[in-house]
Amino acid sequence: MPILRYALYRFGTMLLTLWVVSILVFAIINLPPGDYLSNQIAELRASGQSAGVAKAEFLRGEYALDKPLWQQYFIWVGFLPGPHGFSGLLQGNFGWSFEFDSPVAEIVGDSLWLTVLVNLAAVVFVYVVALPLGVLAAARARSWVDYTSAFVGYLGLATPNFLLALILFYYGHRWFDLPIGGLMDPTFEGLPMSWEKVKSILIHLIVPTFVIGTSGASAMMQRLRANMLDELGKPYVETAVAKGMSPTRMLAKYPLRVAFNPFVADIGNLLPAMISGSVLVSVVLGLQTIGPTLLTALKTQDMFLSGFVLMFVALLTLIGTMISDVLLVLLDPRIRYEGRKA
Amino acid sequence: MTQLPDGRFVDDAPYDPDAALQELERKDLDAPNWVLIWRKFKTHRLGLISGAFLLICYLLLPVIGFIAPYVPNQRLSEHLYAPPQSINLFHEGEFIGPFIYPMTSKADLETFQWVFKPDLDTPRKLDFFCEGKTYHIAGLIASDTHLFCAPKGATVFLWGSDRLGRDIFSRILYGAQLSLTVGLIGISVSFVLGIFFGSVAGYFGGRIDWGINRVIEVLRSLPELPLWLALSAAVPSNWSPVAVFFIISIILGILDWPGLARSVRAKFLSLREEEYVRAAEMMGASSGRVIRKHLIPNFMSHLIASATLSIPAMILGETALSFLGLGLRAPAVSWGVMLNDAQNLASIEIYPWTAIPMLPIIIVVLAFNFFGDGLRDSLDPYQQ
Repeated sequence: MPILRYALYRFGTMLLTLWVVSILVFAIINLPPGDYLSNQIAELRASGQSAGVAKAEFLRGEYALDKPLWQQYFIWVGFLPGPHGFSGLLQGNFGWSFEFDSPVAEIVGDSLWLTVLVNLAAVVFVYVVALPLGVLAAARARSWVDYTSAFVGYLGLATPNFLLALILFYYGHRWFDLPIGGLMDPTFEGLPMSWEKVKSILIHLIVPTFVIGTSGASAMMQRLRANMLDELGKPYVETAVAKGMSPTRMLAKYPLRVAFNPFVADIGNLLPAMISGSVLVSVVLGLQTIGPTLLTALKTQDMFLSGFVLMFVALLTLIGTMISDVLLVLLDPRIRYEGRKA
Repeated sequence: MTQLPDGRFVDDAPYDPDAALQELERKDLDAPNWVLIWRKFKTHRLGLISGAFLLICYLLLPVIGFIAPYVPNQRLSEHLYAPPQSINLFHEGEFIGPFIYPMTSKADLETFQWVFKPDLDTPRKLDFFCEGKTYHIAGLIASDTHLFCAPKGATVFLWGSDRLGRDIFSRILYGAQLSLTVGLIGISVSFVLGIFFGSVAGYFGGRIDWGINRVIEVLRSLPELPLWLALSAAVPSNWSPVAVFFIISIILGILDWPGLARSVRAKFLSLREEEYVRAAEMMGASSGRVIRKHLIPNFMSHLIASATLSIPAMILGETALSFLGLGLRAPAVSWGVMLNDAQNLASIEIYPWTAIPMLPIIIVVLAFNFFGDGLRDSLDPYQQ
C-alpha cells in the first residue's frame, strides 16, 4: 500500500516539524526579559510580603525555572525528568498557568474543541462557497457573475478580518436577530451536550464562520477560476463541445476534475492564514476559543499557557496541512509517493 | 513643414530617436525591457490608476502636517465624540465659498452623551493658508502654516472627533505616515532575507538547500498572527514609539520571507545551469558576484511584483497587532491604533465615525493588490 507508506512518511515529517516548532515556541515565550515568577518575586519583595515570596520561590523550583534555559526546554517538552520525574507536554502535562493559578489543561479545557470546531466550520464554508462560485465565474467568464464575484472577493481580501467581524455582528443582530458574542448561549455553558446546545452553537457559529472563511474563500475561488480557464482553453474541451455534450456535463466531467487537484492542495496553504484569522476574530467577538486565552497569556507573560496555546495552534495547522497532502495524493495518481531526493 | 530646395517636404519637429520605442503597435520587440514593461503596464488601466494613487499617497507623507487642519494629539475637550461636519458652499441659496456651521455641545443628562447641534444661522468661512499648531515637514523643518483650518470659535471635524476630542481626519492623515511605511520597512527586511536565503539555497544546492528548505517549510506552515502576537508581546513596554515602530515592522518582515525565498530558490535552480553562468564561473567570478551580477538581475522585476503583492498583508498585520494593543501604542498614531477605539459594538452603534479609519486601509490594500497584479501581468512583455 504505497498510500499508507506515504501517509506514514508524511506523519513522520509532521512530527519532526512539530519538534522544531516546539524549540521555536520555547524561544519565543522566553524572549521577554525575566519570567512571570521572578517579576512577581521582585514585586512582592518591594512591597514586603514574604509569604507570597515563599510561594513564588516554591513554584520556581517546582517548574524548574531556576535551571538553565536548555534544561528548562527539555523538561517542558518532557525529554528530561523535571523535579517530579518526566512530566512535560509529551506526558500530557501542559504546565501551570501563573496568572490564573491553576493547571493549563484546566484553563484551556473545552476551548480546544471549540477552536477545532470553528476552524472546521470555516474550512467547510470555504469549500461550499468557493467551489460553485469559482466554477460559475470561469464558465461565465467576463460576465456580471464573474465581475461581481471578483469584486466581492477583492473586498473580502482587503477588509481587515476583525472589522468585518464587528460590522457583520452588528448588522446580523439588527436584521436577522443573530446572537451577539460567544459561541453558545450562556445558559448552556458547562452543561453536557444536548440537542438544544448543539443548535445554540450552530446559530452562534454563523457570523464567525463567515468572517474567518471569506478571505480564504475568495482566494480559493480566484485560483479555481484561473485553473478552470486554463483547462477550458484546451483542445479536448473543444472536442467535447463539438461532440454535442451538454455544457454542464462537459464542465463537470473533464475540466473540473483536473482543476480540482490544486483546490484540495490549496487548503494546506490557506490554513495557516485561516487559523491566524480565527485567533483574531475570536478575540474581537469573544468566542470561547483559545484566541482570547492566548492574548491574555501573552500580555501577562504567562509563559507556559502561551507556549501551550502556540503549540496547539501550530499542531492544528500541521495536521490540516498533512491531511490535505495525503488527500491530494489519493486524488492525483501523478504525484510521487516518495519525498524528493535532495 | 519645410520644403527643401529639391522639392521634398521635411517635418520640423525635433527628431526623437526613442519615439518609435514608445509606440504600442511596434512589432519588433528589441526595445529595452523597461520600455516593454511600461508599455504593457500602461494598458492595465486599474493597475495604472492604483499605482498613481499610491505614488501620490507616498509623496504626500512628508507634508501631511500641511494638509491636516490639526496636529494628531491636539485635544479639543469641548468636543468629545463630535459627529462629522460637512463643508458647504451655499448658505440660504447664496454662494459664500467653503464654510461650516459651528457646533455647540450640550450634555444630555439622561443618556450621558454629548449632543451636538449645528448653529445654522451663522456660517463661518474656512481659513486657508492659516496659522495653526506647529508641525514638522519630513520631521525636520518646523512650520505652522496649514492648508485650511477652523475659523475662530468653530471646529472643522471632517470625519468627526474621537473619545478625547481629537480630529479623526487629521489623525488618519498622520496615521498614514506609520501605517504606510510599516509595510515598506517590513518588505525590505523580508526582501533582503528572502533573496539571501533563496539564492544561497538555490545556487549551492545540496545540504544547504535541504536545510534552508526545511526552515522555509516550517515557517510557512505556522499561523503568522499568533507568532506576530508573541513576538510583539516580547517588545519591552518602556521603549520609545519610534523604536517600537521599527521593531514591529521588522517582526512583520521576519515571518514573511519564506514565500519570497521559495520563488527565488526555484528560479535559481533553473538559471544556474545556463551557459552564461558557467562562462562567468570559468572566468573566475566568485559565487557572490555570479549571484549578484548575473542571476538576480534576471528576475528582479518579478521579485518586485511579488513584494508589492505582500505589502498589503503587512499593512493588515500592523493594523491587527495595534488593534489588539500589542503593536504600536499611543501616542503613536496609526490606523490600527485608531481602530482600537472602535473595538466594541457600542462605539460602532453610537459613534460610527470612529470606524472610518477602515476606509483608507481597504483602499490602500486594494490599490496595492491591483498595482501588483498589473505589474505581474506586464512583467513578461514578450508574451502576448
